[in-house]
Amino acid sequence: MTARPRLLVPGPPGLAGHTARYGPPPALPGARQRDALIAEVARAGLTGRGGAGFPTARKLAAVAGGYAPVVVANGTEGEPASAKDRVLMASSPHLVLDGAVLAAEAVGAAKAVIVVHRDVRAIIGEAVAERARARVDPVRLEVRTAAEGFVAGQASAVVQWVQRGIPAPTATPPRLAQRGLRGAPTLVQNVETLAHFALIARHGASWFRSAGTPAEPGSMLVTVLGAVREPGVREVAIGTPVGQLVDLAGGPSEPLRALLLGGYFGTWVDAAEALARPFSSAGLADLGAGPGAGLIAALPVGARGLSETARLVRYLAGESAGQCGPCVFGLPAIAGLLERLAEGRGADLGQLRRWLGQVDGRGGCAHPDGAVRLVRSALRTFGAELPVPPGGRR
Amino acid sequence: MTAPARLRVDFIACDGRGLCAEALPGLITLDDWGFPIVSGQAVPPRLLADARATVRLCPRLALRLEAGR
Repeated sequence: MTARPRLLVPGPPGLAGHTARYGPPPALPGARQRDALIAEVARAGLTGRGGAGFPTARKLAAVAGGYAPVVVANGTEGEPASAKDRVLMASSPHLVLDGAVLAAEAVGAAKAVIVVHRDVRAIIGEAVAERARARVDPVRLEVRTAAEGFVAGQASAVVQWVQRGIPAPTATPPRLAQRGLRGAPTLVQNVETLAHFALIARHGASWFRSAGTPAEPGSMLVTVLGAVREPGVREVAIGTPVGQLVDLAGGPSEPLRALLLGGYFGTWVDAAEALARPFSSAGLADLGAGPGAGLIAALPVGARGLSETARLVRYLAGESAGQCGPCVFGLPAIAGLLERLAEGRGADLGQLRRWLGQVDGRGGCAHPDGAVRLVRSALRTFGAELPVPPGGRR
Repeated sequence: MTAPARLRVDFIACDGRGLCAEALPGLITLDDWGFPIVSGQAVPPRLLADARATVRLCPRLALRLEAGR
């Protein structure tokens, strides 16, 4: 995949350059072609690249059955350590827009709303304007600057942001596929997912499956940062060993102690344990980890994992949408205990574990769950940093 | 035979008033911050009427009884 990138193909900017790079998207004149495209996506095995990994074809089919649906392309990239969606939108804006248009056509939507990180708002705005002048799209494209903040990228938060200017998740049910933006059945897809979709529409499922693993086909964008020589975004086949990804990022800049896999919501794994693993759900499952939104952060041996985690959890506590009690009260409490532990002051580990249990799964979105996963993995991976209580056992 | 029903809290709506835990102590307790912890188990048939009454009691309409899946 390093040899033949799919999404990050270098080339001239503009619509003409895009068409020269990727070829024109197929026309979908009738219901038969639209249904066939959804079936092709199902055969391709494309899953959401925003972090949840849900099968894209199932979301498409759910929305396609509804009355007057709408498509939302999610380029919010609220995860502060991730850069892959911005790199993609800056490098291949028209591929993302092709995907949004094709998805809208496939589900019978008249409009796609493109919600983009402000860093690439101008690029996407210009690309949409160029397409409007060229009259290439059978559906309307609307561009909105995304809200900032960690939870702003959660699907229902994106919808509420577009509709009401409030970037906070909403309660489920109803599912967005049933009642989303202004009550319409709504398909929210990450921009990378849409770019893959646009290529599956061109080249088909077999081509898509020629990279990746049989269970997790295709390529993915991965942000590698921390103690590596050349941090940045790389495109690799799913299942590429974690160590190879670190090497693609210039290799470790110092000996590595642990890797944070998946994102701020991710899982700390001992470096020696992680490096040989395939970067895929199957390859990381028994470590309690996964590729998440495609993020690898490398922690050097000199760093203190608990302090780093305490800092992350304090950040996540501040990024709560402020709607759900267990998240509003629990995350700061957990951050406080972690800070005490990291500083070697006395803190009750039993209390910490109890609070983790009281926060896990008890929010309107997965924000508290993600923070809990992060802390639990830190306690596993950085157990040696925990203070030894008078009884002798940690 | 009806489908098993489970209690579920909409934490976005919930304000932690705590009435539910008083009305249905067998199935609902409170966490350290006063927000309800509901049992994930199916509500036993003998408590179904009480559970329905508790759902109606919530001033924030944050408690639901959902058909189990």
